[in-house]
Amino acid sequence: MRKAVTTSALAATTALAAGALATPALADLTIASWGGSYQDAQRTLYFEPFAEERGISIIEDDFVGGIGGLRAQVTGGAPNWNIVQVESEELILGCEEGLFVLIDYDMLEYDEDDFIEGAATECGVGNIVWSKVLGYDADRIEGDTPESWADFWDLETWPGQRGLRRGAQYNLEFALMADGVPADEVYDLLRTEEGVDRAFEKLDEIRDDVTWWEAGAQPLQMLASGEVALTSVYNGRLTGSNRAEGTNFAGVWPGSIYAIDSWVILEGTPDVELAHDFISFASHPERQAQLPEYIAYGATHAGADEYISDEDAPHLPTTPENLEVAIEFDTEFWVENIEALNERFDRWAAR
Amino acid sequence: MRLPPYATPAQRLGYWLYIAFCVLVFGFLVLPLIAIVPLSFNSTTFLTYPMPGVSWRWYEDFFSSSSWRLSIYNTMVVGISAALLAAALGTMAALAMARTQLPGSRIIMALIISPMVVPLVITALGMFFFFTRLGLTNSLAGLIVAHTALGIPFVVITVSATLQGFDFNLPRAAASLGAPPLFAFRKVTLPVIAPGVIVGGLFAFATSFDEVVVAIFLVGPGQRTLPRQMFSGIRENLDPTIAAAASFMILISIVLLFCVEMLRRRSERVRGLR
Amino acid sequence: MTVSGPDTTGPELRARLRRSRRRSTLISVGLVAPVVLFLVVFFVVPIVQMLGVSVYDRSVSDGMPRTAAVIGTWDRDGLPGEHVYAAIAEDLIEGQAERALAGPARRLNQELSGYRTVIFGTARGLSEEPPESWRETLIEADERWGDPAHLVVLQRAVNPLTDYFMLYALDMERDIEDAIRLQDSDERLFLGLIQRTLTIAVTVTLVCLAMGYPVAFLLANIGGSLRYALLVLVLLPFWTSLLVRTAAWIVVLQSEGIANTFLMWAGFTHEPIRMIYNRFGTIVVMSQVLLPFMILPLYAVMSGISHWNMRAAQSLGATFSTAFRRVYVPQTLPGVAAGTLLVFMLSVGYYITPALVGGASDQMLSYFIAFYANETVNWGLAAALGTVLMVIVLTMFLIYNWIFGLDRMKLS
Repeated sequence: MRKAVTTSALAATTALAAGALATPALADLTIASWGGSYQDAQRTLYFEPFAEERGISIIEDDFVGGIGGLRAQVTGGAPNWNIVQVESEELILGCEEGLFVLIDYDMLEYDEDDFIEGAATECGVGNIVWSKVLGYDADRIEGDTPESWADFWDLETWPGQRGLRRGAQYNLEFALMADGVPADEVYDLLRTEEGVDRAFEKLDEIRDDVTWWEAGAQPLQMLASGEVALTSVYNGRLTGSNRAEGTNFAGVWPGSIYAIDSWVILEGTPDVELAHDFISFASHPERQAQLPEYIAYGATHAGADEYISDEDAPHLPTTPENLEVAIEFDTEFWVENIEALNERFDRWAAR
Repeated sequence: MRLPPYATPAQRLGYWLYIAFCVLVFGFLVLPLIAIVPLSFNSTTFLTYPMPGVSWRWYEDFFSSSSWRLSIYNTMVVGISAALLAAALGTMAALAMARTQLPGSRIIMALIISPMVVPLVITALGMFFFFTRLGLTNSLAGLIVAHTALGIPFVVITVSATLQGFDFNLPRAAASLGAPPLFAFRKVTLPVIAPGVIVGGLFAFATSFDEVVVAIFLVGPGQRTLPRQMFSGIRENLDPTIAAAASFMILISIVLLFCVEMLRRRSERVRGLR
Repeated sequence: MTVSGPDTTGPELRARLRRSRRRSTLISVGLVAPVVLFLVVFFVVPIVQMLGVSVYDRSVSDGMPRTAAVIGTWDRDGLPGEHVYAAIAEDLIEGQAERALAGPARRLNQELSGYRTVIFGTARGLSEEPPESWRETLIEADERWGDPAHLVVLQRAVNPLTDYFMLYALDMERDIEDAIRLQDSDERLFLGLIQRTLTIAVTVTLVCLAMGYPVAFLLANIGGSLRYALLVLVLLPFWTSLLVRTAAWIVVLQSEGIANTFLMWAGFTHEPIRMIYNRFGTIVVMSQVLLPFMILPLYAVMSGISHWNMRAAQSLGATFSTAFRRVYVPQTLPGVAAGTLLVFMLSVGYYITPALVGGASDQMLSYFIAFYANETVNWGLAAALGTVLMVIVLTMFLIYNWIFGLDRMKLS
């Protein structure tokens, strides 16, 4: 009897393990995106309609960021994924390393000019625009609401902890803007020694009042629990929380920093034409304009604006009023300086 | 641990202060665990007291969400496979070390213990580089191999402990009476060391069940384990679902602890230590 | 199986005995071999290889082979000759076409911020037509090609064997004459990080000792079922997942958490006190997580000490405290040493807890190793910091082994 139990336990484990190790079924197209409710929206808008229209099968996976994983896939021969949505840093790094198929704009339904500035690149096609804004809980703030990064530094009018992402990225830009540097001069100044010094000196002023976050949902958690009064936060998550949790969070657009996420095709993808077709499908302006109904990210097709509802428009980084007062994340600058500036940040934090 | 009847007032005071201190430390050890369990029944999304109402919704969330369920499944597959592998490999090693004085046994023991001691980040990074080349990243197989390595020391230590005082003349006697080696092992050695093997296996399972650093490095979203999912949850979405997951994990810990204690006592009885 | 009659002839018996011993040893070797093999292949080799990344890196020599072949001839007196610049230019042109420059650009940029632009900016602008002077063309494309500091970095980096990362992990560097020197004090980061890691580990160890010793004493000297009940209180957290305990502590310590609610209700404070996302929270949570590792070895030693020793000392006239200090404590030292070393060894490599409940200045070595490995893909530096951490832990491990011997290690 005992033997039987042991044997069947062993058999069950082996079966489980074998199931776990089995290679995934072959699909016509494998797409990796950022998971969660965002990918749910993409599935409804892009993946399922495209699969149906072409009569193909699409397998999805989650991408959690990092060039290392992409490199491992491509250099290891046939990649598991065909299309991946990457951030601007991975786009640049992977392009330089030759991990991505060069986009053939002749194979695409749209020209480079059809996209907003910076979205159509050599190795990828922009898919969404997201933004990092100053966020606060409108239910907890009485009287005037903050309107700029200078207000973020104003600990007297708006007492309480500040939330910022751990590291130098974004924070140096915010500090300079808080110090009165016009938005369009921020990166020029950061490319100089004095600019970096000035940013850190400005950060000194709120050093003891900052709670540092790392993951994108943390600032919302901290706003909800009252851990921080003001925080830097991704715009899409602010509106997402308001819709799902009934919170009353608000974002400040002047001084926000936006960036573009792009579709790339991994080198080694068998059907490059099909991949291009998918990107065309996902770049369709009317289709893109529906995404904000699910999550507040901006569209990359320049013509999508006119299809976006008035209700969604104020929450999007791409709405002209919001775009005008924002700056674009300078990926080149950060790819080059991230290590040196983060090390300086760590020295600064440890002081 | 009682005060003598002739204790001075100062001694009495000291004694009671001491007891109070110990009570505080015990509170420090268990109160956080007790504090989080009720919050899993909170009716709102916040992890704060007082609770406005009671509901099962977070447990429904936990057991119906595909990502949590996948992580429970992954944890069980990895934990059980790693524990079985570690138990088999570790028992063999412990037997070998106990029955003969092997050359270089100190070095072998150091090697066996080292996964317990080397910081997990280093283990994780090393395996990440190595497994990438073997194509073992983003697979449960890779994680099973990693957790087996981490579990082996626990098995070797517990089995070695049960083998202390084990009379190796017993299997020899069985052999001299004509038992083939494997038969002698099953009928003579195994019953004595079985509790140690199982406890070691449980330790190995618990190690896997608690391990998150290697999981962060080695696996992708499809192979997330329960601790790995907890890690993201704590950082990204700290709601009562986390409390529900935590309560579930505390329950499993209690079961493991209970099993280990039962087996330990049984083993002491079998070996005549009590 | 046949049982042969007793054979008492001397030499043959000895030979058979030796044979049987050898057979027995062989069986033991066979039993232990799978574990050794498994651990060597899946544990030791990966770690050694990973640590090797800190001193061996082929990215520049592979990405810029022509440069690697000739730049060694430069004696650093003035600028290199035309043939060196020609080699660089050819590497850049070919590398750009074959997308082979990412490796060298990354590696060089790690040493000198801005090198990426030098490489890619130049590579994009070069045409294949050889100009009159590659040197002038390159310097015109980017003036940093005329800067000895940049060229020295390149000259060093073409050698796959490098001490750059190890030195950097200790806040050291080679100057232009190749002499090793400490970085300027305002440029140092990692020595402070190592110090911080040790400080946190020592603090946690001391806190655990201060809390664990009295409790272990109580456990060892209390009778019957109460002892088991209290032991369960120690063992339960020991068996509970680190993540669960960390989550529990966040609930307790956050600004609207249980601790603050209680303090404000009791009137100790009007505003919430910050108890998490700082050093305080890190120490508290790490101490709670590691406390069982202190209590259990202490308890194991203490429960073996007869309380009659103390009684005897007291009956001879010693006060309780003298007897405790002079008679009891010395007997517990093995337990103290075991617990302290164990807690220190474990805490020095901590990553998850500080990452979840620490602030920006509470992160330890492990966090930085993960950061460089995952975020900036600077594997050389991650491996170098890993080596530093490994040296600290191995030292402790050897001390532990030397004092106690590993064969005596026990659990619960």
